[in-house]
Parts: sequence; structure tokens; C-alpha cells
Amino acid sequence: MATLRTQEMELNMGPHHPSTHGVIRFILRTDGEVVSECKPDVGYLHRSIEKIGELCTYNGFMPYTDRVDYVAAMNANFAYALAVEKLAGIECPRRGDLLRIITAELGRISSHLIAVGTMAMDVGAITPFPYALRERERVNDLLEEICGARLTFNYHRIGGVGWDMPEGWDKKVLKFCDNFARITDEFDRLITKNHIFIERLGEVVVIPAEDAIDFGLSGPNLRASGVDFDLRRDEPYSLYKELEFEVPVGMDGPGYAVGDCYNRFVVRVHEMRESLRIVRQCVAKLPETAGENPIPKPKNFKVKENECYVRSEAPRGEMGIYVVSDGSDKAWRYRARTGSFTAMGAVEHLSAGIMLADLVALVASFDVVAPEIDR
Amino acid sequence: MQQYLDSLIAQWGIQAGWQVTLVYAAGMLTFAVIVLLLWVAPLAGFTSFVERRIAARMQSRVGPNRVGPNGILQWIADGLKCLLKEDLIPKDADAMLFKVAPYLVFLGMFGTFVVLPFSEKLIISDLNVGIFYILAVTSFVAVGIIMAGWSSNNKWALLGGMRSANQIISYEIPTGMALLTVVLASGTMSTQGIIQQQGWLPWEWNIFRTPFLFMAFFIYFIAALAEANRTPFDLPEGESELVAGYNTEYSGMRFALFFLAEWANLYVIAAIATMTFMGGWNVPAAVPESVRTLVQVLFFIGKSFFWIFVMIWIRWTLPRVRVDQMMELCWKYLVPMSFVGLLGTATWEAFVPRDNPLARAVSIALFAVALLLAVRFVMRVRYNLRETQARIHLNPIV
Repeated sequence: MATLRTQEMELNMGPHHPSTHGVIRFILRTDGEVVSECKPDVGYLHRSIEKIGELCTYNGFMPYTDRVDYVAAMNANFAYALAVEKLAGIECPRRGDLLRIITAELGRISSHLIAVGTMAMDVGAITPFPYALRERERVNDLLEEICGARLTFNYHRIGGVGWDMPEGWDKKVLKFCDNFARITDEFDRLITKNHIFIERLGEVVVIPAEDAIDFGLSGPNLRASGVDFDLRRDEPYSLYKELEFEVPVGMDGPGYAVGDCYNRFVVRVHEMRESLRIVRQCVAKLPETAGENPIPKPKNFKVKENECYVRSEAPRGEMGIYVVSDGSDKAWRYRARTGSFTAMGAVEHLSAGIMLADLVALVASFDVVAPEIDR
Repeated sequence: MQQYLDSLIAQWGIQAGWQVTLVYAAGMLTFAVIVLLLWVAPLAGFTSFVERRIAARMQSRVGPNRVGPNGILQWIADGLKCLLKEDLIPKDADAMLFKVAPYLVFLGMFGTFVVLPFSEKLIISDLNVGIFYILAVTSFVAVGIIMAGWSSNNKWALLGGMRSANQIISYEIPTGMALLTVVLASGTMSTQGIIQQQGWLPWEWNIFRTPFLFMAFFIYFIAALAEANRTPFDLPEGESELVAGYNTEYSGMRFALFFLAEWANLYVIAAIATMTFMGGWNVPAAVPESVRTLVQVLFFIGKSFFWIFVMIWIRWTLPRVRVDQMMELCWKYLVPMSFVGLLGTATWEAFVPRDNPLARAVSIALFAVALLLAVRFVMRVRYNLRETQARIHLNPIV
């Protein structure tokens, strides 16, 4: 009798698939449910944002940075503003910095809410997602009040912010913080400590610390592997030097290990709590700066030949902005380094031999967002 | 039913022969259509409405509330929409199998209604192999789902169909074993016979009769969830992994048939749990004869809808398990436990007579344990509500 032979199946996961978080395509080779090879095929959402950056004036490009990562547009604004300020030697008033940090941390919370919500949904628990979205709406209400938009904020400016905060906004932020602290605890009881959830994500696709560094992972993905590194603390920019916060890193525990999908989830939940602490401290500092004008004059400026690379901590990891100026009012070269892109690079190496359901969990745990990969 | 047909035959003056068979067949078909139209379809529709509303409440949404008073007619609108949609058959699909598959799934579900009782008198047919018949006829579902997955010519559908096949076939063993435990304790396979042996008080129910039956109930419930492809075992249609599983390529009414079967199946599972473990339609002896049937029906459907609610509740709370974990649960835990239950029940029945005080004490003790678990659960819920300072809306009208 001839020996039984199984044939590998080639499978297209995406560009339209419920769990690819946007238009990404994975070309899979599977033996039944076991993935033997997974090639991410990115580029479906490429909009030439980096080229557009060379065609716009420095101020005029700010709205485009929203589109680099539309789930956390504030943080993308922030990164670009920091880069051009360093390039042109512009100072930001203290009140502007505080408002930037508050909005950026609120943006981080809303981005992580999407991350943890979709991650729970990708392993089949649908209810945490509307819970997360409900809280995200509250963040959006706050941000809408300060800048008029709910998704693409266009709030930060080079040398400040677009608008000062409205009367009583800080009280509303504090009220949100009090409420949200309870919600994170509820979220823990609902899903984080769920036994099936830990079974599904614990010890799945463990990435050791050295590998995580070699793959170029950054942000929560890197910290979940046990690397204690956060740009806000280790290379502080803006006013982060004055603020107190913990940096959560991955931990071993019953059923889970450092660097697995579960830790990538838990680190994000803890980061939301730390962001709340930062927001509270900044709001407390706001009265000191009363009367200051955080809004820069809207003028076109030229920057003499120079180049700079500034990196900042965005929710999806390190966002590095590289700008080269040539003496005109437009950047000669603009380039962004984003966390999702490097994470996608790691997928191919990590996915051999895991099950289809684990691949979904892996992609979800990296919290990739398609526009941030392709820009 | 048969008497009515006999009287008709006598009235029309038909002699014995093929005409009589024809009349019987026509009568049965008419009856089936009536049951389908008046009971199964509205039941499945109503269950879908209940599920969507409960899910919405659990997720702090409103849910369907536009069609009819409070959205209660939403299922009719959905059904009409599916009827009017184009019935697509993919170009390279195996058209014959593709068309037949949803009917087989539906048949497997619909067939069980033959032996599901509603009261002492209301039952289509009290077969003496009732339980056995249920187990046999639900196997059609597995065939239908594999056919749907295979014939769609879609790799996701194929994966879904294969997952479903191994899941249903594996979990049929613990389900069958758990029901066999009840059969062993009752000494009959007839669904009415099993119910008649129980009383209306909770400690007279099969579930609290022996510790082994108590265990068998949970085995049955978990395994039935898996057989019905419900969360946490909804792998065959796991949206985030397999797009929509075996029904990816279906549209229109064929698609609706799958879902009709799925929601009707919820009721089937709940009804089997009610009649085998939860005392079925038993009501207090004090209920007057005139309203007895009505009260019995209300008791039965009430208990069944409680279990439907539990299933909906589980679905919208828990994440999904992985394929290997699902198989591990079945073969490493549920199957051995169901064998223990079977042997334990056999021993128990051999040594403990039915009406001795010890057996009654055990029943009441088990009932107390269940009550304690319920109280503990309620306290836990109250703690959570206090911590989150959540506002709850118990009013069903939005």
C-alpha cells in the first residue's frame, strides 16, 4: 500500500478577512490547521504619505500625519511636531507641552482600547469590544471638545497646539480618569483573568528578549518580551522628565510566560492605567501655566540645511521621524519609522508550525494597523 | 392524530390499500408543515430576537427595536430579506450538494421535534426509542455541514466543514453517554416515560437524583453546546479565523436555513435538558384539570427558555477555545467522566432502592449544593456591579 500523503494547501488570508485589521494579506501554506509558512503581503494601503511630506510646507503637512496612524492620530501629530521643532530649533511653551502630553496620552488610551478590544474579539470574545469602544467614545468626546475632530485630530502644531483648552475641560478629563480607573478593573474581571482567554493566549508564540530586539519590535511588543525600555522614560522628550510613571513589562505567571501573546495583551492594559497617572499629573500642572498662550503664530517658515531623527513612544511602538531640510519651506526628505511595519516583518519567522487560530492571535497581539504599516 | 385520519378514511369510504397509505402520508405531511409554520419557524425567529436583544444589553447597546412593537417582528423582516436575496451558487461549486446541504442540516434539527413533548398530552409521537431517535436524527446535521463545506469550493468553508465534522462526531460520544446515564436510571428511552418518573419539586428531578446524574447534566450541557457549534466551541464558524466557516458561500434563503436550524437547535438542546434532567412538564398535583395542559406547556417552555438564556449568556461572555483544546476537553475529560457517570449510575441503581430515605436525603443535599452555588454566584455579581458602579436597565422596553 502506498504511504498516505497529505498535500499542503495554499490559502489567502486577506486582503478582506475579518481579523487582518485592515487590508493586509497573508499568503499561508497550511497542512490542515497547522501553518507551515506565512508571508505577509503589505502595501494595499500605501498612500505615499512620505512623498506628500516633501510636497507640503512644514505646517501644511500636519493634517497628513493624522493619516499615518489614524487609530492614534495625536501621537503621530506629536512625533512630527517634535521632529520639526528640533530641526528648526523652535521652542514650545510649557502649556502647549502639557496639553500635548494630555492629548497624546488620551490618544494612547483610545488606541490601546482598540488593541485590547480587537484582540479579545479575535479569540472569539465579542463583548469586551463594545465595552472598549464605549470608553473610546468618551475619550473621543474629550478630544472633540478640544480640537473639533474625533478621528483625525490635527491638533498639535509646530511650536505648540492648535487651540487652548476650553473652560472646564480639565475637570472633565479628571472625571473621565476616575471613571476609567474602574473600567480597567472591570475589563480585568471580564476578560483578562478569564481562564479560557489565558489558555488561548498564554505561552503562544513566545518571543525571547534577544529575538524581540533583533526583530526590531518596539513599544508594548518589546516590553512584553521583558525588555524594560520606554522612550518616555529612557530618552525623555517634551516634559516626560518631570512625570512619574511605571513602565509595565512582561511577566511569568500561571499559564503564561514572558513574551507570549497574553503578556502583549496585559502590558497594554497596564499601560492604560499608567497613562491615566500621567494625564492626572499633567492636569494638576495646568493651573501653573494659566495665561500662557500655547498657540504659535500660523506662519510659513524656512529651515536652513539640516537633518534630524526624532523618536517618540507611540502606542504601536517607536515612531521615528526623519526630516531633511534644504533651506526652503518644505522638507527635502521626510521618512517615518513605525512599529507595525517591523512587527509585520517578524510574523513570517514566528508563524512556522503554529495553528491558524494562533496566527490570528499573534497578528492581533502585535496590534498592527494597516495604514501604519504602509503609510 | 391517527384517530382523526381513521375517521376521515371511514368518512370518505376508502377501502384498505394504497389509498389509505396515501391519506396517512398526506395527513402527516400537512401536520409537519403546520408544525413547521406555526411552531419551529416562529420559535427560531423569536429565539434569534431574544438572543440579539440580550446580546445588545450585555454590550450596552439597544439591539433591534424598530420592526413591530419593540422589534419583536425583526425576524420576519430578516426572513423576508433573505427570501428576496439572490440565491447564489459559486461557479465551481458542486451545485447538487451545495443545494441539498442546508436542507439536511434543517432536517436534522426539525426531526427532533417529533419526540419533544410539551405537556402530558401534547407530543407528536411518543416513540419508545425517543432518546435514541434524537441522537440518530441529529447526526444529519454533521452530514449537511460537511456537504456545505466541501461543495462550496472555498478553502475557508472546507476548513469550517472539517472542524465541524470532527467536533460534532467527537462530542456525540459524551452527549450520548450522558443521556444514556439518564436512560439507565429511568429504565426507558421514551421521552414521556422519562418525564413521568420525575416530580415537579426540584429534588425530584433527575439532575439531583444521584451525584452521577448531577455530573451527567453538566457533561450533557457542555457537549451539547459543542455539538450545536455555540461559543466557546463555535470553531466551525469562528468569524475571526474562518471568515464564516462552512456557510461562507451561502446567500439568500439557504443561508437563512442554516441559521433557522441553529436557533431551533438552541431550543432542542434546552428542551432535551429540561425533559431528561429538569423534570419536564411536571406540575403540582393541585393544578386543576382544566388548565393543566396549559400550565404544563408553560412550565416546559419556561424551563427551556431558561437554558436558552444560559446558552446566550455563555456565548456573549466567553472567548473561543482552540481546536486542540476542544479535542482535549472532549477526549481527556468529558468522555472518561461520562463513563464514570454511567458506571456509577449502574452501581447506584443496583444498590440504592428508589424510594428509600437515603436516596431522598442525597437528592435534597445535592439541591442544597446547587442552591449554594447559585447564591455564591449572585453575591459575586453584586460585588462586580458595586465595583463598577454600573447602572443596570432591567426594563425590557427601550
